[in-house]
Amino acid sequence: MGFPHPIHPKETAVLSSHFGDSAARTFRGWTERGGYQALRQALTMTPEQIIDEVKASGLRGRGGAGFPTGLKWSFMPKEDGKPHYLCCNADESEPGTFKDREILRWTPHALIEGCVIAALAIRAEVSYIYIRGEYTDPYTVLQAAVDEAYAEGALGANVFGSGKRLEVVVHRGAGAYICGEETALMNSLEGRRGNPRIKPPFPAVAGLFGMPTTINNVETLAAVPHILTRGAAWYAGLCLSNPKSTGTKLISVCGHVQRPGTYEITLGLPMRELIYDICGGMRPGRTLKAVIPGGSSVPIMTPEEVDACATDYEGVAACGSLLGSGGMIVMDDSTDLVYQVMRLARFYAHESCAQCTNCREGTAWTTRILERILRGEGKESDLALLLDLADNMTGKTICVLSDSCAAPVVSGIHKFRPDFDAYLPRSVAPAMSGS
Amino acid sequence: MTPHVESSYHPVFVGAVRDRLEALQGRYPTRMALLLPALWMVQEERGWVSIDAMREVAELLGLTPAYVQGVVTFYTMYHIHPVGRHFIQACTTSPCNICGAEDVVRALLEQTGCGELGATSADGRFTVIEVECLGACGFPTPMLINNDFVESVSPDGVPALLARYP
Repeated sequence: MGFPHPIHPKETAVLSSHFGDSAARTFRGWTERGGYQALRQALTMTPEQIIDEVKASGLRGRGGAGFPTGLKWSFMPKEDGKPHYLCCNADESEPGTFKDREILRWTPHALIEGCVIAALAIRAEVSYIYIRGEYTDPYTVLQAAVDEAYAEGALGANVFGSGKRLEVVVHRGAGAYICGEETALMNSLEGRRGNPRIKPPFPAVAGLFGMPTTINNVETLAAVPHILTRGAAWYAGLCLSNPKSTGTKLISVCGHVQRPGTYEITLGLPMRELIYDICGGMRPGRTLKAVIPGGSSVPIMTPEEVDACATDYEGVAACGSLLGSGGMIVMDDSTDLVYQVMRLARFYAHESCAQCTNCREGTAWTTRILERILRGEGKESDLALLLDLADNMTGKTICVLSDSCAAPVVSGIHKFRPDFDAYLPRSVAPAMSGS
Repeated sequence: MTPHVESSYHPVFVGAVRDRLEALQGRYPTRMALLLPALWMVQEERGWVSIDAMREVAELLGLTPAYVQGVVTFYTMYHIHPVGRHFIQACTTSPCNICGAEDVVRALLEQTGCGELGATSADGRFTVIEVECLGACGFPTPMLINNDFVESVSPDGVPALLARYP
């Protein structure tokens, strides 16, 4: 259901079925709603069987990259004698994204169950859930659920009498967007500054504490119990457009829609239906100006692109952006797009870990140029300079924070050029100003 | 920013607090992994993380004070200065920004008497800062007041909200 709103007929409630239902937070409540059946089932399966089932479902990483989950798990070594770790990325902090927090605070046992099933698949005994420091309420709910799961034998040295050891540790971050990047997350968990690591080695080879590690997003893991109990074929059948995009996706919609909230759709739903039907469209008297569909790191879409877009990995890519995290920022015609692009650039400048020059300097310089343009002191060459900078910030650094800063700038200038020209002195851009 | 130095320092990790920290060791294969949890405990006990506290944590975990300071200053949520009794972090990132977050911050600065971001009101009651994305973008403007997560704050709602934090 579209928390905090009642379920819309165009939604497909799977992960979100119990959002808003506080009784689902307890072990007993979760069990009464069918919870922990999937874990009992997984305890009877081999790691290969679990991985094959998840591969067949078509589940892809819901944190942003969309990498096939079963395939990722299959990269983990088998008989290497080392401890393996599962990390759950609950560092949700991509602007526009607020979907994982609903899983964390309404269905924490779904996440715990997903973690330990994944741990079984990758031959890990310990799962770490890294939750952003700002999520105080979700942390409290999640920790209570973990404590209860231990008390009920769903976690611990002998899970449900199976003889298998499965531990879950909740670890709080302390304020750093970059810790949502998987290698930065591992560094932070180890007690270090959250600087991303150079890959290779990839986490499956040398990850947390130097051991083979898999990192999955909250939403990805929460989908796993459903896949085991209802079957891979059922999950793969949830598909409205492209067979490479299966299942449901939580989309958190914010900004200028009538009903912002977290909604669950079958992948492939037309984006127009999501914005206009499920979210109620624009406020009275307003029209759509732009959409950032997958968290602030993806290119901005025009209304024409939105109209043509199927909301899945391939569909959004074909319409000039990326599905990303599913954090959708909707902007109407009251929006000063140049100002908002500057705010996003400022965000990335603030959050840059500063170890790569192109990112540390590029994000700050981009912000200063945009601030200058907004003050009316822009130069004729500024837009070309911004694009040149963006080129030097894309694909040049250890992680993609720098690329993420460039995305709204480049797409903003290319798709909304008149907005930028309007800030430049008239003599500079008479043909493009549109005023 | 130069961190504050406390005039007389009493260790944080004694008695029950020390026991709570050591109880966490079983969860991690290294001592260093206790660093973020230990710093959280310092902040819970003292309200901020002083240079002396960093030294204490360093010694406990077998790290150098410089290393600990490097970690503390990487993260935005550890305070390296004393802050007001109620610490307010209001989100002004784009999704909230387009829904009027800057007006909310202006109202907060005026009505708390803080005047400017990062400053503490003369009565020591409030400190207000802007924070980047709190992950509650559908409910502008969200803010953290101490550990309380508050959503959908409008400029008009600021006086009643502040009244809850004497």
